[in-house]
Amino acid sequence: MQEHDMSWVRTEMALAQPAPAGVVGFGAWVRKNLIASAGDTILTIVGIALVVMILPQIINWAFIDAVWTGPNRTVCATVAQGGIQPDGWSGACWAFVNAKFGQIMFGTYPVEERWRPILVGILLVVLLLPMLIPSVPRKGLNALLLIVVFPIVSFFLLVGGAFGLEHVETARWGGLLVTLSLSFVAIVVSLPLGIVLALGRRSRMPVVKMLCVIFIEAVRGIPLITVLFMASVMLPLFLPPGVTFDKYLRALIGVSLFAAAYMAEVVRGGLQAIPKGQYEGADSLGLGYWQKMYLIVMPQALKLVIPGIVNTFIGMFKDTSLVTIISMFDLLGIVKQNFSDANWATAQTARSGLIFAAFVFWLFCFGMSRYSMYTERRLDTGHKR
Amino acid sequence: MTRSESAGRIFAGIVRICARRTLPILFAWLANFLTLLAAIQAFAAAGFQTLSNSVIFLDLTGIIAFDAIREWEAARRLRCGFLGMGRNGSCVHTGKVRVYLKNREKGLWVMKHIAIGILGAATLGLMASAASATTLDTVKAKGFIQCGVSTGLAGFSAPDDKGDWQGIDADFCRAVAAAVFGDGTKVKFTPLSAKERFTALQSGEVDILSRNTTWTINRDTALGLNFVGTTYYDGQGFMINAKKLPGVNSALQLSGAAVCVQSGTTTELNLADYFKANKMEYNPVVFEKLEEVNAAYDAGRCDVYTTDQSGLYGIRLTLGSPADHVVLPEIISKEPLGPAVRQGDDQWYHIVKWTYFALLDAEELGITKANVDEMKSSASPEIKRVLGQEADTKIGTDLGVSNDWVVNIVKAVGNYGEMFDRNVGSGSPLKIARGINALWTKGGLQYAPPIR
Repeated sequence: MQEHDMSWVRTEMALAQPAPAGVVGFGAWVRKNLIASAGDTILTIVGIALVVMILPQIINWAFIDAVWTGPNRTVCATVAQGGIQPDGWSGACWAFVNAKFGQIMFGTYPVEERWRPILVGILLVVLLLPMLIPSVPRKGLNALLLIVVFPIVSFFLLVGGAFGLEHVETARWGGLLVTLSLSFVAIVVSLPLGIVLALGRRSRMPVVKMLCVIFIEAVRGIPLITVLFMASVMLPLFLPPGVTFDKYLRALIGVSLFAAAYMAEVVRGGLQAIPKGQYEGADSLGLGYWQKMYLIVMPQALKLVIPGIVNTFIGMFKDTSLVTIISMFDLLGIVKQNFSDANWATAQTARSGLIFAAFVFWLFCFGMSRYSMYTERRLDTGHKR
Repeated sequence: MTRSESAGRIFAGIVRICARRTLPILFAWLANFLTLLAAIQAFAAAGFQTLSNSVIFLDLTGIIAFDAIREWEAARRLRCGFLGMGRNGSCVHTGKVRVYLKNREKGLWVMKHIAIGILGAATLGLMASAASATTLDTVKAKGFIQCGVSTGLAGFSAPDDKGDWQGIDADFCRAVAAAVFGDGTKVKFTPLSAKERFTALQSGEVDILSRNTTWTINRDTALGLNFVGTTYYDGQGFMINAKKLPGVNSALQLSGAAVCVQSGTTTELNLADYFKANKMEYNPVVFEKLEEVNAAYDAGRCDVYTTDQSGLYGIRLTLGSPADHVVLPEIISKEPLGPAVRQGDDQWYHIVKWTYFALLDAEELGITKANVDEMKSSASPEIKRVLGQEADTKIGTDLGVSNDWVVNIVKAVGNYGEMFDRNVGSGSPLKIARGINALWTKGGLQYAPPIR
């Protein structure tokens, strides 16, 4: 065979050629994404036209014509409105946000004590960031500090009344402080409680199963707003005088239990997606129930439902705004409350305040959403379809 | 017959016997259970329907409780009714009826006690605060006054840049704090929604409700509140765009106008009444939320905006061109706004009421924040008496406060006129004219009995 002339078979690999100019670079990207067909081209033109029409006005309003500082409404009102701006002026009144910034962050928390929530915020960032970055070591210690030690420390810092700190009642909390603390507690409580409820609902023990089903279905059957309302309006009538349940505590319990019920259903979805073979495999290795769940089932199930979990977190973060119904003022509530300040009543105030509140909410929700996508990619083990 | 079949028959027989004995009992229990369930449902429904009016809600609880008691007694009578009452008062009959009745009675007894318990707990919340310590003692013990304010109404109670509550309603609470403690800062504010406000006062969560609340007979009697006076005479008014409706200077010229109004409010009803009474046509433009009404009016979707007159001035500030808009002089409803306290504590009621009168009397006598110290040595016996400078005066101590209480009030918030100007009048962005809120000596309605 070796004598045969096999020269029609190449003996060395052909050299890689650069991609043709038509499929790489900016021009190709434009061709592929913007003007691939007649329909695409029309959509592109319409889109660009819309951006050109709207964007300059938004930038003008939000940045160029905006008022950044000022003592009262006159800086944000035109001459005809009793202010100093020329007639026909329209710009964002960031001066309002600026003047109310302390309230938007901390509510009516005493000014001289505001270092306490700030310190709690710094602690949260210091503990949360290394927790979120996978390459930082000592995750166990970090988690312990964040989930066990941090809430206790921040409780004493925020509430006070011990270690020489002045007591600050929760009625004075407000703004971002309420939004963040409510959602942090709800997140920390709801995930483990939700997992337990989901396992309970799939349990073979009838009593446990029934209790879990009743809890989940009952909680999911009532709107959060109803529970908050009942707790604030009806509860005081049944308590002896002087015994007042802290409003904040009521909201905290309500929001946490709600989130737990929803979380339970999300986790149950993940549990159902795990093939029976995984359970049987774990059984055949001789693992007990908790070992099986901890080592085999939960890691797979939770990974599958990361989008659902984060979705619940984001929903919960935004649901905290409902505490306005029991006269607790979260970020949105405090912004809206300040619209009633006659010193800042202008045509631009409400717009600017609401846009600022929306921006803060978006910042947190977008952050959570991006981090969940990153986690999904990192934990991706090749099941992607 | 196989073994299993015979076992099955025996089992069925046992079941039948058991069923014959237990079913009536079960049914009796079920009936009781259903009654109880219905009662709970009615209770919950009543609670939901009358949340804003919690005393009616209490009444319904009471009705449920009394119904339960009556039925319990009826069942007792029925039990004896079958065979008549025995000589010693006991009833004699046998069998199922007895079991059924006994169970029914027992169930109703349980229900009665649950209902009484609920009622008791609810009433306790109302009564015990009055029965135990007086409000003045409680307030002095805790060292501050808990004041219920609105969740934000320009000029009445709204947070300033530092988050402190400002406005007529907030200042009134400061005045009471000054009268009680000699220090206007010893007050804590609780923002309350319209639905929460009465419950908060009844349950003792707040000591004064100073929350732009209209004084009505229902609230004064059925709700268990006592209104102390009218700190602001408000009423529904109209605002028009003078550019769109030139030459209109009275609401009677508004025939055929498009009127922006918030739906589901008394405002909407008053509007209909007013136009009907004056035989005028109008075109209502109705919105659910206040923000929507504001936006629609600003965008020119209607010619007229109607709501409480004090609110119109606040809304005018947020319009594109406030100068074009005119608040018409007509007031078509009476909305006397004032602070309220719990019923059943006369001492506290008097302190709050006379704080209000002291503010008015101070204005009438020309006592201001600036001159109050000089006024103490005034030659006028009346001023001296009001300021507690008379020898052996007991006016303040009889009221339960110190004798220089008026001095403290005026030092803290000024007199009524100063309070008005600073919060809603010429010294504020709202620029509301005194109008009917002027003193009686100047043609207004504010009148206070003498302090002597």
